[in-house]
Amino acid sequence: MTEKIGGKIIKFGNNVNTDVIIPGRYLVSIDPQELAKHAFEPLGAEVQKRLWASQVVVGGSNFGCGSAREQAATALIGAGIKAVVAKSFSRVFFRNCINTGLPAVECPEAAEAAQDGGDFWLDLDAGIATVQEKNFRFAAFPESLKQLLDAGGLIPYIAKYVLPQQRAAKG
Amino acid sequence: MGKTFAEKVLARAAGATEAVPGQVLDVYPDLYMSPNASWRCIRTMEKLGTDQIYDVDRIAMVMDHIAPAQTAKTADDQRICREYAALRGIKKFYDVDAGIAHLVLSEAGHIRPGMVVIGSDSHTTIYGALGAFGTGVGFSELTAAWVTGKIWMKVPQSLKVVIEGPLARGSSAKDVMLKLIGDLTADGATYMSVEFHGSYIEGLSVSERMTLCNLAMELGAKNGFVRPDEVTRSYLSGRGVAPDHYAELHPDADAVYVKSVTIDGRSLSPQIACPHQVDNVKPIEQVAGTKVNQVFIGSCANAKYEDLVEAAQILKGRKIANGVRLIVSPASKEIVGRIVKDGTFSILLDAGALITNPGCSACAGDGGVMADGEVTLSTANRNFQGRMGSYKAEIYLGSPAVAAATAVKGVIADPREFM
Repeated sequence: MTEKIGGKIIKFGNNVNTDVIIPGRYLVSIDPQELAKHAFEPLGAEVQKRLWASQVVVGGSNFGCGSAREQAATALIGAGIKAVVAKSFSRVFFRNCINTGLPAVECPEAAEAAQDGGDFWLDLDAGIATVQEKNFRFAAFPESLKQLLDAGGLIPYIAKYVLPQQRAAKG
Repeated sequence: MGKTFAEKVLARAAGATEAVPGQVLDVYPDLYMSPNASWRCIRTMEKLGTDQIYDVDRIAMVMDHIAPAQTAKTADDQRICREYAALRGIKKFYDVDAGIAHLVLSEAGHIRPGMVVIGSDSHTTIYGALGAFGTGVGFSELTAAWVTGKIWMKVPQSLKVVIEGPLARGSSAKDVMLKLIGDLTADGATYMSVEFHGSYIEGLSVSERMTLCNLAMELGAKNGFVRPDEVTRSYLSGRGVAPDHYAELHPDADAVYVKSVTIDGRSLSPQIACPHQVDNVKPIEQVAGTKVNQVFIGSCANAKYEDLVEAAQILKGRKIANGVRLIVSPASKEIVGRIVKDGTFSILLDAGALITNPGCSACAGDGGVMADGEVTLSTANRNFQGRMGSYKAEIYLGSPAVAAATAVKGVIADPREFM
């Protein structure tokens, strides 16, 4: 995975919680497209329109705090989001992003520099974020997390690597 | 160098000789808890095309977030769980009558000191009240644990919270935690293990310990912890769990903490979290008088037996204000039985409360939702926008005593006026 990912930015503030990202009433679904229709619904139709036209969600500190609902990550994937960048993440949301195959990058300087509606590009292997032609460094993912992201998330990873091993061991 | 609780318990569950903060370990949890959302795990198992389960006795399912079913879809989700549990021989399956998972599993004796528990619910931190390590994960990770038995975890740094008691009149564990969350902010303990120490903890009830550890989540914590003691042992033995069925783990006296904070509960007044963030905390003096339409006494934070008794002490012989709805959702079936027997149920009913079946109820938006412009004072743990119905409604959080006083006056009220 050497190509850059990214695109248009939608920028949020601090402490964006998962009830705002995807309200509890929609958790009866696990379909990314269906969830995406309701992503950020509490913030109104204008924000939703901008979300659907964006590729990178930029947050402040403690992005994704609150409920452990994995659909917060799934809803963003359904909305066409390629990466989430923040000053810091809540731990469950961070794990859910990686486990659903959505890169979540902690890079306070780049998150600060990012402008709503501007462009954001990430080179995950090199650990470089590019905002308005300025480069910012972030800690590249360790090999184990890279493997999860490359597989498209934890469940595809288990299907591809873990189950075949278990079956082979059983003979 | 001494070790914190988190360092000891994660080393134990990973089979490692020691653990240091920042280290990533493959941890084998002792219990995997999933609420209603269990159907997502089952669907994921189908997608994986496997019926391989690492240890079926470590799976616990509780139908709590939507109970009983509201729609044909949620009824079908619950049917999937019920049938899967029967098919796979999952003995720790609790249906829609049981109540909130965290209470149900604790009451059943499934949560013990020294255990590592993962749950697809963020308030899994509550199990620290019984000396266990509880932490929230997504359903994919929970399903992966069903299959592989393990999960990767980064060993957290630990935050030491020292609470000096006894608490001032009118305050409870909820007020201690709201004060702490207001002071440290909603990410004040992100990725940390929060250990509760101090004179307030000595002899404290399991109920209040649960409130502390439950709300540690709202600091961003990975887990919460209260050192097991005679109170813990007595709670467990009352539930058929003898001391030789668990191994307590205690932090060392010279354990290394990233930070230590002290809260003086002796001068604490009731605290209120204002809309729409849990760290938007003010002392009650600044919020009293705010008009409410609804009061909710429920959730895994504050709908335990002791919480309902605390509310009933204020509601006894009084009526709730005209036009206010008081919804009480006991946390578990066992608690319903207790309040029926000791008369608390009648006190609440006579005061004008609507008492629902046990479960997550209005905290998860399962009934008790609000219209545009309405205000609820809730004993739950979250006040995020839209969590209880309209996106244009507001939620204030407080203790059961504050909730009872507020229901009587129809405006946010100081419980000390009634004591």
